[in-house]
Amino acid sequence: MSDTTQTGPVLAADGTPLKRSLARALRMQKIRALMLIAPLLLFVLLTFILPIADMLFRSVENQIVSETLPRTVVALKDWDASSGETPDEAVYAALAEDMKIAAQAKLHTRVGSRLNYEKPGISSLFRKAGRKVKKWDIENDGPFKEKFLDLHKGWGDPDVWRTIQTYSPKFTNGYFLNAADMQKGADGAEMRPENERIYWTLFKRTLFMSLVITTSCIVLGYPVAWILANLPSKSANLLMILVLLPFWTSLLVRTSAWKVMLQQQGVINDTLVWLGLVADDARLVMINNQFGTIVAMTHILLPFMILPMYSVMQTINPTYLRAAKSLGATNWTSFWRVYFPQSVPGIGAGSILVFILSIGYYITPELVGGTKGVFISNRIAFHISTSLNWGLAAALGAILLAVVLLLYYAYDKIVGIDNVKLG
Amino acid sequence: MALTPVTPQTPAFTAGTAAAFGAFAGLFVGTAQGSGLMGIVLGAVILAILGAIAPMMAGKDKPVRWAVFFGFIAAGYAFGGIPAAVVGGIFGAFFGWLIFFVASGRYRESLAPYLTPGQVLWHYAFRVICGVIFIFLITPILVVMPLSFNSQDFFTFTPEMLQFKAEGYSLKHYRDFFTNDDWQNALRNSVTIAPVATVLSVGFGTLAAIGLSQPHVPFRRAIMAILISPMIVPLIISAAGMYFFYSRIGLQGTYLGVVLAHAALGIPFVIITVTATLVGFDRSLTRAAANMGANPVTTFFKVQMPLILPGVISGGLFAFITSFDEVVVVLFVGSAGQKTLPWQMFIGLREQISPTILAVATILVVVSIGLLATVEMLRRRSERLRGISPT
Repeated sequence: MSDTTQTGPVLAADGTPLKRSLARALRMQKIRALMLIAPLLLFVLLTFILPIADMLFRSVENQIVSETLPRTVVALKDWDASSGETPDEAVYAALAEDMKIAAQAKLHTRVGSRLNYEKPGISSLFRKAGRKVKKWDIENDGPFKEKFLDLHKGWGDPDVWRTIQTYSPKFTNGYFLNAADMQKGADGAEMRPENERIYWTLFKRTLFMSLVITTSCIVLGYPVAWILANLPSKSANLLMILVLLPFWTSLLVRTSAWKVMLQQQGVINDTLVWLGLVADDARLVMINNQFGTIVAMTHILLPFMILPMYSVMQTINPTYLRAAKSLGATNWTSFWRVYFPQSVPGIGAGSILVFILSIGYYITPELVGGTKGVFISNRIAFHISTSLNWGLAAALGAILLAVVLLLYYAYDKIVGIDNVKLG
Repeated sequence: MALTPVTPQTPAFTAGTAAAFGAFAGLFVGTAQGSGLMGIVLGAVILAILGAIAPMMAGKDKPVRWAVFFGFIAAGYAFGGIPAAVVGGIFGAFFGWLIFFVASGRYRESLAPYLTPGQVLWHYAFRVICGVIFIFLITPILVVMPLSFNSQDFFTFTPEMLQFKAEGYSLKHYRDFFTNDDWQNALRNSVTIAPVATVLSVGFGTLAAIGLSQPHVPFRRAIMAILISPMIVPLIISAAGMYFFYSRIGLQGTYLGVVLAHAALGIPFVIITVTATLVGFDRSLTRAAANMGANPVTTFFKVQMPLILPGVISGGLFAFITSFDEVVVVLFVGSAGQKTLPWQMFIGLREQISPTILAVATILVVVSIGLLATVEMLRRRSERLRGISPT
């Protein structure tokens, strides 16, 4: 009886206060859970998050200029770019010394091509100078200003020096400016001339086509999801296979199928010609343009729209619809005012998913998009593997990533990542 | 819905409905033969006559349907040989069924009795729309399969194929796939990369999924967001990042690099499927096991593992197909030595377009049908194990 009247803290069996004992047990549970997650988290961080962070770093990194031309960068610091005059002899002497070291290590062409992204023509300037400077005697061969001007009159162009000066810091926003169709002019950032604004056009096109694809997925997916959710489960399961089979089929199989069907000598054109709807010499051009990309990608992404819609529609009680009708609503009113609002979460989930997936698509636009139907991803790939301008590729990637992460955040808020379902 | 009265329709109604279908079909046949208008009129007239006869022949469905079927085949053959006869057969079978379906009034059988004619029409129109979308979904796959048996190097149906002549078909593209060194190397690479990547993602992923489904996990949302991110981040960005980073640490162009990259891409699928399975897992089972003296390891392998195994396997299959189908990342992270099957297909589609791709595509479709069937079976089994009746 005395126990119940005790006023002190409740004790656990081992004599510690119950509160602390429970807290310790909870902590143990948390640690155990984290220990189970830790290996995978570490794995993902190392193989996936770190590479992406590295890419983001690359989009602002610019150490090559100050590392290869250290003396020139220091000497150029005091030069006034807006004066319109070439720098003085000290700068040329520093450049000669840097260039000689760089040319011996064969690094001068790399600086040249780095600066060439910003001002076309610099690359050849560096390449030619490197060959000659290697033979110069830095101690006695001065003054170097005339010697450089003799090599190429480009070395007397203040714009060249301004470019070197602008890109001498260790970090730069130059790649991002490039990605936004801007350049560093004489007085700060400015837009490029109208006819050189390719990235803005590409971003606009990517967004526009992703929107068209998402909309056509909604239009095609909604009836299918509805019929799947409202048929008796036996026939719904059978029809579900028709949705899941394309979902499980290799992306390249589906892309090649569309290539086969949409070609000018392909199945669709042949059928239309056979039916007489299209003349043999006026076959439709359905591939290597925006139309081809939109059709193929709508087909590829349609299951991602149908599955979330279906799982939401399954939970809508059909009696609501009957109740609305028995209260006098027409077919359309009962659908629009009762059924549709309940299915909106499914549309939202599917749309964000399809939009996220389509905005970063690479393979299908590459194969069926031609030149007019390519996305920003294709440009990124081009810069990585063909033009080798990795910084610009990283900057374009960073912008795309920011858009996707924003949508991912919205998806998490609206649907919750935990609720993603597969099949 | 047995309350719905099924009353036979009048000949006029049946004839009218059938005529509308006939006109539609006639439009296509007519344009193919040169005159769309003639086709519409003829199709409407023929079907109207058939539709008018059908209600009078009630009860004698079978012979009439066979007669219509063979009649159309004969007409098709007279017009344009074997291909037209096949088309005629399809039309005949459909129209034979249609006239009796309408004439007997059976079309109202499964509908609520109070529907107006307009609503009945919409009901069937809606099914037709859905049917068209389903055909859109499945056609590309259905077109690829027969084309892969083409005996010519064309990507379309040759006249021989349409006339069902034996010389129009051959297995030469399959032979090419099994004898060509490029394709065989690619197949070998795919088969050696995908399983290792799968084992990695399933091993780490299952452990983490079990951790994530504990009742108290700090930063659960943030961790989940990180673990799912490989599925969300555009592949080209993952590929770019991995390419830059892996070339810094010397993994670019190595087998290990590709395996690690594919394992990272497969992890979200394992996490999603296994956590979904664990939602229905009864925790008192592990407590009961512990109560009877089993240590955590025994509990895991003897109690928990068998119950969540279906989820783990289907997660593994998802991870496998992700790696097996992946092309963007391997294009950048791999080198010529890691050329996988999708990579080879990608090159084939972009540069030297060869019909062998269609043979490979058919084989891959068959593989994915097998995987889909396995996953579906496992899902049902898992639901049965957890006491959720299959829906």
